[in-house]
Amino acid sequence: MEYEKVKPSRRKFLKSAALIAGTAIGFKSLNSSRYLLFAAEPNDKNLPWYGIVIDIEKCIGCGKCAKSCKIENDVPQEPFFFRTWVEQYTVKNDGSVNIMSPNGGIDGFEQQVPDGEIFKSFFVPKMCNHCSKSPCSQVCPVGATFESPEGVVLIDEKYCIGCRYCVQACPYGCRFIHPVKKVANKCTFCYHRLKKNLDPVCMEVCPTGARMYGNLKDRNSKIVKFLKEHTTQVLRPHLNTGSKLYYNALHSEVK
Amino acid sequence: MDPHIQHLYEMLSKVQGYIFPNELDLQWGILIVVYPFITGLVAGAFILASLERVFNVKELKPTYQIALLTALSFLLVATLPLISHLSQPQRAYEIMITPHSSSAMAIFGFVYLWYLMVVLLLEIWFDYRESMVVWSNSNKGIMKWVYRILTLGLSDISPETVRWDKRLGYFITIIGIPSAFILHGYVGFIFGSIKANPWWSTPLMPIIFLFSAMVSGIALVMFIFMVISYIRKQPIEMKVLDTIGRYLFFILILDFTLEGLDQIHRIYESDESFEIIKLLVSGKLYLTLFISQGLFGTLIPLIILAFLQFYRRAISIRKTLYLVVSILVLIGVYSMRWNVVIGGQLFSKSFSGFTSFKLGLIGLDGTLMALFWLLLPIGILAFLLWLLPPWKMVERKE
Amino acid sequence: MKFFIPPQLKRLSLAFALFISAFLIIRYSLIPKSFGQYGFYRGASLGEIAQLPVKYAGHKACLVCHQDIDDLKQQDVHSEISCETCHGPGQKHSENGDTTLLEKPISRESCGMCHSKNAAKQKEAVFQVDLKEHNVKKKCIECHNPHQPWNMKK
Repeated sequence: MEYEKVKPSRRKFLKSAALIAGTAIGFKSLNSSRYLLFAAEPNDKNLPWYGIVIDIEKCIGCGKCAKSCKIENDVPQEPFFFRTWVEQYTVKNDGSVNIMSPNGGIDGFEQQVPDGEIFKSFFVPKMCNHCSKSPCSQVCPVGATFESPEGVVLIDEKYCIGCRYCVQACPYGCRFIHPVKKVANKCTFCYHRLKKNLDPVCMEVCPTGARMYGNLKDRNSKIVKFLKEHTTQVLRPHLNTGSKLYYNALHSEVK
Repeated sequence: MDPHIQHLYEMLSKVQGYIFPNELDLQWGILIVVYPFITGLVAGAFILASLERVFNVKELKPTYQIALLTALSFLLVATLPLISHLSQPQRAYEIMITPHSSSAMAIFGFVYLWYLMVVLLLEIWFDYRESMVVWSNSNKGIMKWVYRILTLGLSDISPETVRWDKRLGYFITIIGIPSAFILHGYVGFIFGSIKANPWWSTPLMPIIFLFSAMVSGIALVMFIFMVISYIRKQPIEMKVLDTIGRYLFFILILDFTLEGLDQIHRIYESDESFEIIKLLVSGKLYLTLFISQGLFGTLIPLIILAFLQFYRRAISIRKTLYLVVSILVLIGVYSMRWNVVIGGQLFSKSFSGFTSFKLGLIGLDGTLMALFWLLLPIGILAFLLWLLPPWKMVERKE
Repeated sequence: MKFFIPPQLKRLSLAFALFISAFLIIRYSLIPKSFGQYGFYRGASLGEIAQLPVKYAGHKACLVCHQDIDDLKQQDVHSEISCETCHGPGQKHSENGDTTLLEKPISRESCGMCHSKNAAKQKEAVFQVDLKEHNVKKKCIECHNPHQPWNMKK
């Protein structure tokens, strides 16, 4: 009797263990390169590892970046879907901060607070930060959003199931669901242009050169030289997203 | 104009403060409120059933099969709100073939399958197998074959084999308890692991979800047990209700403590997000958080249950109070899911503004759809109780 | 030693084995071929995204035909500004020439997108005027050549 009592649990245990082990081996065979923390690392020697610099001192809020991005990337014109947008911050003399982004800045900005009340005011362009530890690719349940070997975070529109988990996980608010395609959408860093040796459109049309990009692995690139000579910051550093969008002259009021 | 776009323009006029331009529309609506509610009911009902089987709480015996069948009915419906909320539901199978191991949501497919097939179906099968063989033999025509198939063609009901049924069922129940914890705990983790959203991001989230799930499951079984007994005109033994009520009381206290701890911690640490959360809780979330979840869903049931621990006189009053308590608790837990899911999306990630949520009536993300998913399990339960009636089972000799 | 396997387990093991094998077969047939090529995603999507059409040609494309305008531009403050910043997407035009013309923004508002006075614009970044007061009855281009703005027309 003693002997029989032990057996069924052992049998069941072996069966369960085999099932678990088999599933674990099955998971391993899916060839995912990293599990939890890091979505990607610059491991291809021949490809660039893209980074972005935005110089707050140079942005004049003309909105050409946001406007041309929508045209280039087939984003609907309605004011609810933006791959990139420009925010205006107005810090008043009484300490209050007024933030606005009317139609993402595409129609320009009108000064609403009189000069006398303004302590300081500036524009902040926003876009996907193409994080190297992106929370969005971490949470995607099917592998529809990922980091390309060049460090560009992309979306596979044919594979996305539209669960919206990535939209929830992005701390910078740069994702949305495309109203027509009904899948997740966001700045692709104009990957289709990079592959043809063209600049991303927002960088191309910016009249003051406030937006820069380049290969972070190349010590002689403009962007690496800029990072060396200026003090830059990323948004939400405490969230450890590995953001590759560095802001120059970022004010503490910026969200 | 496209009605969705028109709806967005209306929402634009209701924005308070500053929100990121993409944040106008809420991504997860009422269907994502319904899903954790349903899986919570499953986990909670199962825990109550396992109290009887593993911890030998004999007073709960009349509720055992009802709890299991309730869990099964709700589990069968659980995936449906999720799939219907996807904007590409025809691709839902991808979660089973390429589950991303770093995504909590990807576990869903396998945890669900495991729980459905290995835990719940097997436990019910082991418990009902002997009766199903007997029903197969005593029925004629199609029902004979239905029961035959359900027994997987095995018609051995010798005492030795039936003893194995009991042992194996017991073993399944044991592994079922942590499985139930994972089934619902991972839902809490889906929210709790989002560092971008401070209303969701806390290590307590899986535990809070789990305890409120147990509360809701116990309340549901209590409610269904009373309704079934009423329909079958069977007298209810008060010790059954008193036992369920006692467990409900203690777990509700624990649940309340955990949720209180989460808020106290948030208030004390008062980090970057606290100012906007304070505005959220005192403004848009006031009714559903303090009144619906707090007052009606937690405090009043606690007071009534405390009262019922001592008051042992008029049976009809006690039965009514238990009925009221179970309904209030279910409403309270539903509000909790609402407050987590909808509340977390009402404020902007810029911590500087709010958007608004308008719940539609019709449409895939509307109230009627949510109600349908909540009521469908009741229909399934009715069918299961007809197919596998607990009161017609073969008496097990202890 | 002879193990006793209860009949339920035998029957269940068979059922589970069938189910798991069916699952594995279906999975193998459904999983996209390029999945996992570079990471946990469909490798083919990189190529698909790279093939998307381009709408802005980039300033180098303009120089092929319009070098004379660029020569003018290089002598003045608009030298670093890309043509498409003001003229819009030019890929179709660079392919089809005259048949697809680009816009020539001539309104005060279009120049004002950059140049209208706003406290948020740094003075070093752009020259600003108050459009409500500066020569309100004229178009900007009546005095300023957009490609050589300080070369004033008298």
